[in-house]
Amino acid sequence: MMLEVKDLNVYYGAIHALKGVTFHVDKGEIVTLIGANGAGKSTTLNTISGLLRARQGSILFQGEDITRTMPQDIVRKGIVQVPEGRKIFATLSVLENLEMGAYLNKDKAQIQRDLEMVLDRFPRLRERRNQYGGTLSGGEQQMLAIARALMSRPTLLLLDEPSMGLSPILVEQIFEIIQDINQQGTSILLVEQNAQMALSIADRGYVLETGRVVLEGPAQELLHNPMVIEAYLGGHG
Amino acid sequence: MNRSEPIRKAPSFLESLVQRRTLGYLLLGLVLLVAIWRLGNALLENPSLFLQQVTNGLQIGFVYALIALGYTMVYGIVRLINFAHGDVFMVGAFTSFYAISRIQLHLWTRALFPDLNPFIADVIGTISVVLLSMAVCALLAVTIERVAYKPLRNAPRISALITAIGVSFFLEYFGALNFVYTANYITYRRPFDVITWVIGDQGVQVLQKGQEVPAGAIIFSNISFIIIVVSIILLVLLQYFVKNTRTGKAMRATAYDRQTARLMGVDVDATISTTFAIGAALAGAAGVLYAIAYPQVVFWMGIIPGLKAFVAAVLGGIGSIPGAVVGALILGQAETLSAAYISTPMRDAIAFSILIIVLLVRPTGIFGEAQREKA
Ligand SMILES: Nc1ncnc2c1ncn2[C@@H]1O[C@H](COP(=O)(O)OP(=O)(O)OP(=O)(O)O)[C@@H](O)[C@H]1O
Ligand SMILES: [Mg+2]
Repeated sequence: MMLEVKDLNVYYGAIHALKGVTFHVDKGEIVTLIGANGAGKSTTLNTISGLLRARQGSILFQGEDITRTMPQDIVRKGIVQVPEGRKIFATLSVLENLEMGAYLNKDKAQIQRDLEMVLDRFPRLRERRNQYGGTLSGGEQQMLAIARALMSRPTLLLLDEPSMGLSPILVEQIFEIIQDINQQGTSILLVEQNAQMALSIADRGYVLETGRVVLEGPAQELLHNPMVIEAYLGGHG
Repeated sequence: MNRSEPIRKAPSFLESLVQRRTLGYLLLGLVLLVAIWRLGNALLENPSLFLQQVTNGLQIGFVYALIALGYTMVYGIVRLINFAHGDVFMVGAFTSFYAISRIQLHLWTRALFPDLNPFIADVIGTISVVLLSMAVCALLAVTIERVAYKPLRNAPRISALITAIGVSFFLEYFGALNFVYTANYITYRRPFDVITWVIGDQGVQVLQKGQEVPAGAIIFSNISFIIIVVSIILLVLLQYFVKNTRTGKAMRATAYDRQTARLMGVDVDATISTTFAIGAALAGAAGVLYAIAYPQVVFWMGIIPGLKAFVAAVLGGIGSIPGAVVGALILGQAETLSAAYISTPMRDAIAFSILIIVLLVRPTGIFGEAQREKA
């Protein structure tokens, strides 16, 4: 198993944000976590990334317990997050943003090769490589955020609402890229509010509600589940 | 639909006059006019004297710049005005004082290689003293950060600010103890001999001991030269470090958004420590240069230069590295030129008035970014 999250309990002070979340991601899978605002999706990803600490429960990555591992060591092990709202370094150039993605890699030649690969995949970024990250459009920033994450050669990519604020065409494009990345061997944990899109590319899905997993199953099943249709797919699946 | 809109009158002349920006531009224009007129006259009257003043201003401006960088870098990364920074500068000066008078660090090459060219021996000796002070200050600042500031990183900002003031008092009064530096002025021995050149009617000459400076000539010493050269070297190194190295990029990323820097694998604590260390090392170098220029050390010597460097950092736009340098150079010139051509006792008042006027026009400082959302 690639990632195994067991009985995760996370608090913000007195607020109990995750109340025993359990799920897993197998090697090569795209797994999606869907849920409404405030369900605890970002909290889950940030706990996996080590930015938040679980009060109870455990996170195993390739069999190894990483519940108490520091964020930088988690990145080193191959779990990389594309955070909600892209979080581009606005005061760094596009190229520097990409270099930050490869921060832990000390092999200069390899970084250079990865850079070429990423810029080939996102030609828009090549055109804008010397611009400040803050001057990119929302879509370009999302591309940059994904490209930056790829620079660290992830084994497991965590994506937090990559479709947020993008036009339908751009969302299509981003989801194609995600599938493409997955086909090249990276496992993916995709957090989305756009349940339709997420489930259409995912292998399996989990529905999160106020800090609990309330439903899980193969993505195709969830797409036809009446409860999911009612709550997340606009009612008339 | 009927939208209710506040009814606005065109502001009257008096109202627009008291608006911050208008007032600022008016004052700025006025000051510039007076300055151009006064300095223009001075330049025409006695160009060599004017040049001398500008050099003096450059010298003190660079010392302020080295200190201001520490304020601005630390502010950029942890949003803390590190009021103990001026005292780190003082520790730098004292470290070099002890290194020179107690262990004769500046003479080590002469002791080991007696045949070495004395000039080269002096250069290496002075560099060794500067490097030692930089290292001691860096270590001190990293310790201060770990012990005093880090535990407060998620506390309200005012707590850390008050702690910084506390650390500042601690460094000063600990230094004032009799078994540390004592509370007295102590004469500072320079790590090299002063050479003064007279530039006058007879061209450039070395000023001999006891010789009078001929009227109309200007003097220039190796002290100014060393301060300016050392500062420029350090500034260039810093610029290169911050712009091009991996750690420099991590510093900028962390300053912009700490959480996301963590997601890239940056060890944020280590990066913050590095920032403190670099800022303090520059202040340490500034301490040595300052003591070389004004050869006296005393436990509170960091207060005024520290305050002025802080002002310089604000003037340039706190958080901005080029801003700190530009602000410091402006402050240095403002201070020396007003002392020379307007009034010596008024020089700080004039320098600070310039700060206020610039802030009226640009509240975030010359290079300051417009209010950025919290990183
Ligand atoms: N820093 C915080 N302090 C206190 N409570 C928080 C904090 N961050 C999140 N929460 C709370 O934790 C719960 C889960 O938040 P989380 O951000 O994980 O939701 P989400 O599923 O990602 O929502 P969205 O789709 O809006 O991004 C919410 O009730 C939220 O109010
Ligand atoms: Mg979220």
